Amino acid sequence: MSAITQLSRLFKFNGGVHPPENKLQSCALPIRRLPLPAKLVLPLRQHVGNLPKLRVAVGERVLKGQLLAEAEGTISAAVHAPTSGIIASIGEALIPHPSGLPDMCITLEPDGADEWLPHAPLDWRHADKQQLTESLRSSGIVGLGGAAFPSHIKLRADGTSGIDTLVINGAECEPYITCDDMLMRERAEEVVRGIEIAYYLLGAKQCLIGIEDNKPEAAAAMRAACDKSEYPLQVIVVPTIYPSGDARRLIHVLTGREIPSFKRSTDMGIQCFNVGTVQAIYRYFQFGEPTLSRIVTVTGNVAQAGNFDVLLGTPVTALLDAAGGALPDTNDYLMGGPMMGFSLPSAEVPVTKATNCIIAGAPKLFPEPEPAMPCIRCARCADACPVNLQPQELYWFAKSSNLEKARDYKLFDCIECGCCSYVCPSHIPLVQYYRFAKSEIISQDRAKQAADVARERNEFRLMRIEREKQERAQKHAQKAAGAKTEGSAAADGKTLEDAKKAAIEAAVARAQVQKAAVEPKNVSDLPPAVQSEIAEIDARRSDAALEVEKMQLKKTIDTNSVADGKGNEAVSQASPEPTAEK
Amino acid sequence: MLTALLVMVALALFLGLMLGYSALKFKVEGDPLVDRIDAILPQTQCGQCGFPGCKPYATAIAKGEADINQCPPGGDAGVHALADLLGVEYKPLNAEHGLPKPKSVAVIDENTCIGCTLCIQACPVDAILGAAKHMHTIIASECTGCELCLAPCPVDCISMQPIAETPDNWKWRYPVFAIKPEAPQIQKPQTA
Ligand code: SF4
Ligand code: SF4
Ligand code: SF4
Ligand code: SF4
Repeated sequence: MSAITQLSRLFKFNGGVHPPENKLQSCALPIRRLPLPAKLVLPLRQHVGNLPKLRVAVGERVLKGQLLAEAEGTISAAVHAPTSGIIASIGEALIPHPSGLPDMCITLEPDGADEWLPHAPLDWRHADKQQLTESLRSSGIVGLGGAAFPSHIKLRADGTSGIDTLVINGAECEPYITCDDMLMRERAEEVVRGIEIAYYLLGAKQCLIGIEDNKPEAAAAMRAACDKSEYPLQVIVVPTIYPSGDARRLIHVLTGREIPSFKRSTDMGIQCFNVGTVQAIYRYFQFGEPTLSRIVTVTGNVAQAGNFDVLLGTPVTALLDAAGGALPDTNDYLMGGPMMGFSLPSAEVPVTKATNCIIAGAPKLFPEPEPAMPCIRCARCADACPVNLQPQELYWFAKSSNLEKARDYKLFDCIECGCCSYVCPSHIPLVQYYRFAKSEIISQDRAKQAADVARERNEFRLMRIEREKQERAQKHAQKAAGAKTEGSAAADGKTLEDAKKAAIEAAVARAQVQKAAVEPKNVSDLPPAVQSEIAEIDARRSDAALEVEKMQLKKTIDTNSVADGKGNEAVSQASPEPTAEK
Repeated sequence: MLTALLVMVALALFLGLMLGYSALKFKVEGDPLVDRIDAILPQTQCGQCGFPGCKPYATAIAKGEADINQCPPGGDAGVHALADLLGVEYKPLNAEHGLPKPKSVAVIDENTCIGCTLCIQACPVDAILGAAKHMHTIIASECTGCELCLAPCPVDCISMQPIAETPDNWKWRYPVFAIKPEAPQIQKPQTA
């Protein structure tokens, strides 16, 4: 198929921008490796979803590829040891997160042996698909494009899922970032094998690989690899426009289908993976290797920008050193691209599964933003928005904290691509307002849920107290009635008395049998005086025992009738009342 | 004339019956206004408003017996929401009822706890787990931070701990921009 017919089949989404690409700096050299760093810091939270559960203790020696933390719950991903070594500590450490807050991390001191845990390939063509996706759960593979969504969930849909189109995202639209480009150039074979596995697992019918036209080498390498494949894989070169690398935008460009905001792409039979992710899937099935490393672009204000195959947990400083070190006027470190990335709290933070790019920032590269001016309602932002939102309205609602309205205007469809801020002539940092509004809404929703739970629990408690009160009143009323009718020998009163008496007699009989059984042996041949003394004491003792037994029985009968009334108590706590009453 | 009158009477009767029927058929259980006010209140159930819980306070507001600015946990945002709902003027929180505090949860020092069950009886949301003469503990996810369990504890082993900010519950801040004085050489010609 010629490139021209391909291009003519493509579709275009609204807006988008053309920021300076700045990609050439980092693709001059092949992918390099780093020397083993002195320590690896592995955050437990490297993905979207639940924190994984720890599986190691401090001081333990672990092998390369060993499970350190296990996926917990549906949406979660495992963490593995990137090399062999000793677990030096488990605790809070700075992570690459826009909050700059520390989080749970495992610190591993490599021993230099790089000794693998025994691992074996999986014969994916002849295994049960269900089992394969199940086993992916322990692979720790997440979306390596930056979203870090656990991949086993996206592949879970086997055969019956109705996925007919597999979209592979090699667009890499953000400026500066070239890790996917270099991966496709150098390891196209592995990427294509990974695509085959995903294709097979999903039972797809077609596969579209989208690559922007600023990466001709990558597209050529991928084409060559695809030609050898038995599956109908199509490499499609798409025009370079930011943000065509967003999954929904790329799907639109390739298939012409727009996914409604309330649906997921899988609802329309489309699943999308990043090229890095499918390569990780390949390595998992072909060699049994979990995710231990990823390719990271180091660029910006460094001596020699490039791409590195980095073990997860490697400090960013080690990465910068490998790139010749940050130049003296560096004042900031960005993770991700200049459009969607964020400033790192420190260059000491580790590389995680979501780290696709580190940019050393300097005033000459990223000048101070100009002061924001009032919105002039020019609607250039709306023209640029790839999601067809009304950024100027969203800005207005977010700025005035009118969160309900912002939600109505589909704030949560905003992909925070930054096109609107990029074109805004008033230099308004629109995305910052959207981020603020989004996290505010999320926290309000959480508070609302908590309030609903509290209301329910409070209502239940009030109901319980009310019920207990009524039951007590009822019991008192019954007792009072019983006392009145006792003289006139009410039938039920009498049977109750009889039952009590019978129970007491039975207990007495039991006690006597027990006593007979434990007749002491050392009292057989004794002088008569002692014998009679013993008999006297025994008599006294059995009297006392009978008394005690009677009292206990009465008590148990009483409390039994109390408990009967509360038979179906469904409270998670011990109710203190019965003890308090006596 | 008479036909017109009859028609009107018949119409009035018919509509009246319809109204009466729908009043019975679509009767709303409970007081919707109380529920709507209650939905805004934070359900901390702390009683700082002067009522024994959020629902009683909501009922009092609905009856016009209480002001809308008595709930410190609801904060300023809560007063705004109530003012919006009821169509009345916003007024700042009444400091007599306390000031808003950062959200906290109660924590029992489990070594000191004597198992007296007094805190269990005080907790409005059954967030404390324990039995007589056994150590008690607080289910942090259910605790509303109302502080009602602090006072009854005879050995003062319950303390309030603010919920720490983690990457999970962290929020993006409202964008603020440092105001820098403009370079003087630009300003001078303007002032001169
Ligand atoms: S581009 Fe900027 S100034 Fe123009 S309408 Fe949008 S927010 Fe307002
Ligand atoms: S950041 Fe959001 S509103 Fe702005 S252009 Fe991107 S999607 Fe549209
Ligand atoms: S002050 Fe406490 S009890 Fe009263 S409404 Fe507010 S949270 Fe509820
Ligand atoms: S544990 Fe204490 S602070 Fe928490 S809800 Fe119960 S009584 Fe209130």
